[in-house]
Amino acid sequence: MRTVAGPLWLLLGMIAATVALSAGATSVVTCTSAGCGGDMTKLSLIGVELGQALVAILAVLVISGEYSSGMIRTTLTAMPRRTIAFAAKAITLAGVVAAAGTLAVLGSLLAGRFILPRHGFTATRGYPALSLADGPTLRATVGSILYLTLIALLSLGIAAIVRDSATTIGVVLGLLYLLPILSQVIGNPHGQRLLQQIGPMSAGLAIQATTNLHSLPLSPWAGLGVTAGWAAAALVAGGLLLRIRDA
Amino acid sequence: MTPTVTPYRSGRRAGRHGFLQLLHAEWTKFRTVRGSVIGMAAAALMVVLVALLAGASSDQKGSPPVPIGPGGEPVTDSFYFLHQPLAGNGSITVSVSALRSSIPTGPADLRPGIVPWAKAGLIIKQSTRQGSPYAAIMVTSSHGVRMQDNYVNDTAGLPGPVSAASVRWLRLDRSGDAITGHASADGTHWTKVGTVHVSGLEPTAQVGLFVASPPSAEGMGTRGSVSTAVFEDLRIQGGWDGGSWAGDQMGPESPSFAGYPKNTSGSYLGSDGSFTVTGAGDIAPAVRETLPTGGTFGDLLTGTFAALIAVIVVGALSITTEYRKNLIHVTLAASPRRSRVLVAKAIVLGFVTFVAGLAGAFVAVPLGERLARANGVYIFPVASSTELRVGLGTAALLATAAILALSVGTMFRHSAGAVTTVLAATVLPYILIANPFMPASVSDWLTR
Repeated sequence: MRTVAGPLWLLLGMIAATVALSAGATSVVTCTSAGCGGDMTKLSLIGVELGQALVAILAVLVISGEYSSGMIRTTLTAMPRRTIAFAAKAITLAGVVAAAGTLAVLGSLLAGRFILPRHGFTATRGYPALSLADGPTLRATVGSILYLTLIALLSLGIAAIVRDSATTIGVVLGLLYLLPILSQVIGNPHGQRLLQQIGPMSAGLAIQATTNLHSLPLSPWAGLGVTAGWAAAALVAGGLLLRIRDA
Repeated sequence: MTPTVTPYRSGRRAGRHGFLQLLHAEWTKFRTVRGSVIGMAAAALMVVLVALLAGASSDQKGSPPVPIGPGGEPVTDSFYFLHQPLAGNGSITVSVSALRSSIPTGPADLRPGIVPWAKAGLIIKQSTRQGSPYAAIMVTSSHGVRMQDNYVNDTAGLPGPVSAASVRWLRLDRSGDAITGHASADGTHWTKVGTVHVSGLEPTAQVGLFVASPPSAEGMGTRGSVSTAVFEDLRIQGGWDGGSWAGDQMGPESPSFAGYPKNTSGSYLGSDGSFTVTGAGDIAPAVRETLPTGGTFGDLLTGTFAALIAVIVVGALSITTEYRKNLIHVTLAASPRRSRVLVAKAIVLGFVTFVAGLAGAFVAVPLGERLARANGVYIFPVASSTELRVGLGTAALLATAAILALSVGTMFRHSAGAVTTVLAATVLPYILIANPFMPASVSDWLTR
């Protein structure tokens, strides 16, 4: 992984995109006397919604790249125990994404910390500067890093199942972005809530909420658990298919 | 003697540089790749499936019918009405010295607020049936004096808000089906606001005072508000039968009525020409935002998002696969004019996507509509030309997205990068505007 140029650029791009979207979002909100409203931690971390797309490409390329170039045969010849080869890929990927995700998430938070007070979100109005010493904010930060890592693993698992990179990206992004949109057409409120509970993105990003927790479809850590479940299922299915299929 | 071997020649005509041949070649390539055919079928299927899901999941059975106005359009017709019958011609005059609105800010917290289209004034209405024809003159919170009739017509009168220091006098005269509205700032100098002809108004109509208070918009939803008006100097002339005033909430069960905030209700106090009336609701065309049991054609076609993902993948793959498998060398050797190859690809891809999208939309809409209607959802009526435009537009959108993916794929030569770029650019803005604290200006800019 270290020797291919693509992943490094993707990681840098992911960090840049995450911080840029967060900074952009925080610099357009204003807090007037009529009311500020909203969850500033969640807003500062909104860049994760874009960053995850780049994480997904990275994860997909780790495995689809090998399929398309035929490198997978070399890998599997060198390491005939496929499950272990796959696990090694997953662990390396998780480590790299967690490291880059930490930079991206902390960068976003820092941007929010500097930008928000200039738009009226000051301590006197009940919006103290974002700080990791604050319990919910710390949880949102750590959770966002974990979320990015889980998305990487989910994408890796789907890539191992689907093998073709473009189709995998389509499936992964469809799974992430489409479910929240579809949940809005469901007329039945229970069905809508259910879809938000099982969607990997809407459930997992519950970890970023710091206010109004009772109105969430499910609690923050349970939400991240749903995303983890998706990732685990994809990894297991991908690992099994890798084992029983011809490369 | 060696036999002469005739080299094999294709039975096809010569002229390999013809553009039609190139199109045919690209079509064959597209047709024979299993993935692209599956992708297109999936795109059309997603449009249909989501429409079915939207229709089948809605649960509005047993909800009251949506009132229909004189023009056949869905309307909101809920307000507090203090009325008595007027037979034949006559007139009614009143002064309004206050119009105050309250908006709930919490479960049991009602605060004074501004509801720009809160209305209080005089109305002549065919009957207390919802959707019946009417003409009215009123003061509003932020839009001055208005004369309105039959839910869609509106004429502006005296500007400025109403208060004890700036009282507004209102008068309605009925003469046959012609109703004339006058307004005055002092009760002596009157200005005509307008004359309207309310067709089909029967000789006896319900006439009186009304107060309406539309729900205030709160992010993506609405909240019911309530308004109170102080009426004085109520005078009537003409065919009144001398009965007493009756106070009624019009359309209390209407699906477009957001209801009263907690601990409030419609009421009136007073007698002998001075009344304080409290009311909620609105007299206006019904729109998607105020009609929870309503749905639009656009709602049924949400599956377009899913279809977009499928056609973007197919579009990007149709070129990046050639790069990956090095088929591009063969393609370009067979047809050295590269731009023509790209154009041929775009035409084939765009055409196929358009057909798939059109098929999806035209199957999805009637099916989804039927299911939604069966579940009690009111689908806003549209002209068949609009229906056609929506279908063609959906197909054209999908075709454009596929060609965009093809172009980005040509630039990147890399399928994952191309797919992600186009997908993120297409779908992400919608995710962002669904975010409740995006300011309206940014949301507007993103959706443009």
